[in-house]
Amino acid sequence: MKLGFSPEEEAFRDECASWLNDQMYGEFADIRGIYELTSKPGRRKEWEQQLAAHRWSCIGWPEQWGGRDATLAQQVIFAEEYARSGAPGRINHIGIELAGPTILAFGTEEQKARFLPDIAAGKTIWCQGYSEPGAGSDLANVRTKARQKDGAWVVEGQKIWTSLAHISDWIFVLARTEEGTKGPRGLTFLMMPMDQEGIEIRPIVQMNGDAEFNETFFTDATCPSDSIIGAPGEGWKIAMGLLAFERGVSTLGQQMGFRNELDCVIEAAKATGRAADPLIRQRIAKAEIGLRLMRYSALRMLSNTDHSAIEGAALTYKIQWATWRRDLGELAMDVQGLDGQVTEGEEYNWDVLTNLFLFSRADTIYGGTNQIQRNIIAERGLGLPREPRGDK
Amino acid sequence: MDFAFTDEQKMIADTAREFFRKHATSASTRKAMVDDGVDRPLWTSFCTELGLAGAVIPEEFGGAGLGMVELAIIAETAGSRVSAIPLLGQAMATGALMGGANDDQKQKWLGGIASGDTICAVASSEDASETDGKLTGTVTHVPHGAVADLLVVLGESRCWLVPLDGSGVTIERPVTMDQTRPLSTIVLDRAHCKPLGETHSAKDAAMRAGLIVLSAEALGGAQETLDRTVAYSQERVQFGRPIGSFQAYKHRLADMLVEIEQARSAVYWAACALDESDPTADFALYAAKSLCADTYFRCAGDMIQLHGGIGFTWEHDAHLFFKRARAVQSLLGTGEEYRERIAQIVLGDAA
Repeated sequence: MKLGFSPEEEAFRDECASWLNDQMYGEFADIRGIYELTSKPGRRKEWEQQLAAHRWSCIGWPEQWGGRDATLAQQVIFAEEYARSGAPGRINHIGIELAGPTILAFGTEEQKARFLPDIAAGKTIWCQGYSEPGAGSDLANVRTKARQKDGAWVVEGQKIWTSLAHISDWIFVLARTEEGTKGPRGLTFLMMPMDQEGIEIRPIVQMNGDAEFNETFFTDATCPSDSIIGAPGEGWKIAMGLLAFERGVSTLGQQMGFRNELDCVIEAAKATGRAADPLIRQRIAKAEIGLRLMRYSALRMLSNTDHSAIEGAALTYKIQWATWRRDLGELAMDVQGLDGQVTEGEEYNWDVLTNLFLFSRADTIYGGTNQIQRNIIAERGLGLPREPRGDK
Repeated sequence: MDFAFTDEQKMIADTAREFFRKHATSASTRKAMVDDGVDRPLWTSFCTELGLAGAVIPEEFGGAGLGMVELAIIAETAGSRVSAIPLLGQAMATGALMGGANDDQKQKWLGGIASGDTICAVASSEDASETDGKLTGTVTHVPHGAVADLLVVLGESRCWLVPLDGSGVTIERPVTMDQTRPLSTIVLDRAHCKPLGETHSAKDAAMRAGLIVLSAEALGGAQETLDRTVAYSQERVQFGRPIGSFQAYKHRLADMLVEIEQARSAVYWAACALDESDPTADFALYAAKSLCADTYFRCAGDMIQLHGGIGFTWEHDAHLFFKRARAVQSLLGTGEEYRERIAQIVLGDAA
């Protein structure tokens, strides 16, 4: 068991930090410190391409596809230095962290050659079509249908909570391809170009006034026949494999964003004098402990190379960070007082702290609600009986 | 960077787990509870068969020369059985001696600690005072103080070694809620003592070892309360179903695991940081102590609740965990105190 990094790894850290700082205090200073994914999409895409030009866009991927075959330690280091430099949220994180690894793991050689170089290069932005109005927590209940016609797949239906759909070039979709099937059987994993008549996007305005998510409608939309991953009917297996990638190294970068938010809360507490209140001090200490433990839980999860074991650290990670951030949002309001409930300007648009309070109510819902997380932990982690279905 | 056990650490964990499962039984712990709070057969085989009483004592002084990670593994396993052995005092005294004693003192005491022949107790005292090589003062709430051969007193400006077989030593044995680690009051009236040369490093090293032991035993205890409750929930049938199939019950067990996983990260972060002299070590220790003790207490409380009536009986072991957890919360400083220390690191002093 070892926490420290080797001299070679520390040298790599210097290399990362130096390049990132050059960018963030130079050519890309205008997008430093932007963590939400909706503003300045043009510049953000240029940033993705700049990362790629210097082989920093997907360092964990094989060299053949634009990565560096980076070791786990190197990926940890890059994620930490990326966030420390104030580099912006990755608008292609779905392509880099979900679509790419899925194609790498389950795609054909032809598909790898067709899709991976453009993802690595920041040329194609991706979004994810999983949830539907009737398939939220019960994801396997998807009703979007795809049928084969004239050598292609024709897709009908609706997806929801499609973040970044409005700037994406490709979407991966879980659709029902076998009439009459229910649940996880009869689903197929399709990759579809967004730029077509059959796809319509409508933004969903959230409770914080922002619109990061969309509804995506498919009406006679087309998916080329060679753009499905795996065989028809294997969609659920692919989708579940993909969910496992969500627990990757990116969590460490996400934590650096949390670090920035907690620092804002601490600054506000000092400014308002609430930092002298013993109860607030206890809560800030708890927040600090929780955040630092996230790092060590993530390192435990990543250091565990025995992937056959369902590790407790991996199973509990989502509920841990989501609940932590929701608590931080409440603390953010308590340290601000009523000042946190008014904003300058004409728009319903909030600064970091109030936005954190409002947005963090989504954290305990998307990607599996806290309730579903507890079911998963109890059933897969503790071996307790599964919840009975009402439709069987 | 590799935040997972090495093969050797895995082996120690497996060996220790097997050892405590076999030797630290409910019956042997309960026998110790009505005796002097030490499970003698367990302690003897822990020292001889397993040879781990001096886990963190350097090999030149007769110990195993292991690090804090290994100490945490041992304490976690011992804690999972609420074992009645003086592990805390042994680890803290080793810290005090290694941190503050001269070579003669180390030679004199460490061998006996490593073999388990010398049982140690360590406690802080604000009023102990030394005159002419004799110590006077009262030391309260000394874990396993009544069975100790050597008392290490951590004073305000001095630390002392006090052999407890000499004159001027009176030991009171109040009934203690957690009978697996009875607390004693030791009254010293011109008792023979030897000061340690380096007060600060003796205290720091003793406290660090103590916090690792308490945090790790809390982790082991918390995990055990969860494991036993999961097992019970699959056997116990009500309304025609195992009670573990009810969502209200499952979710409470899931919440226990969420907390335990954080406690596990805290313990091994702290232990690893100490072994590597990482600058985050003290922060990690404060985090580990405050979080693990609270986690253990909540989990042990949940164990009672989720067992229903049987969990409230003397016959069931749930109360052993519950009482140990409550003791760990108060020993060596409360959660509030350690969180305030973290607040001071982060925020500076209160305005």
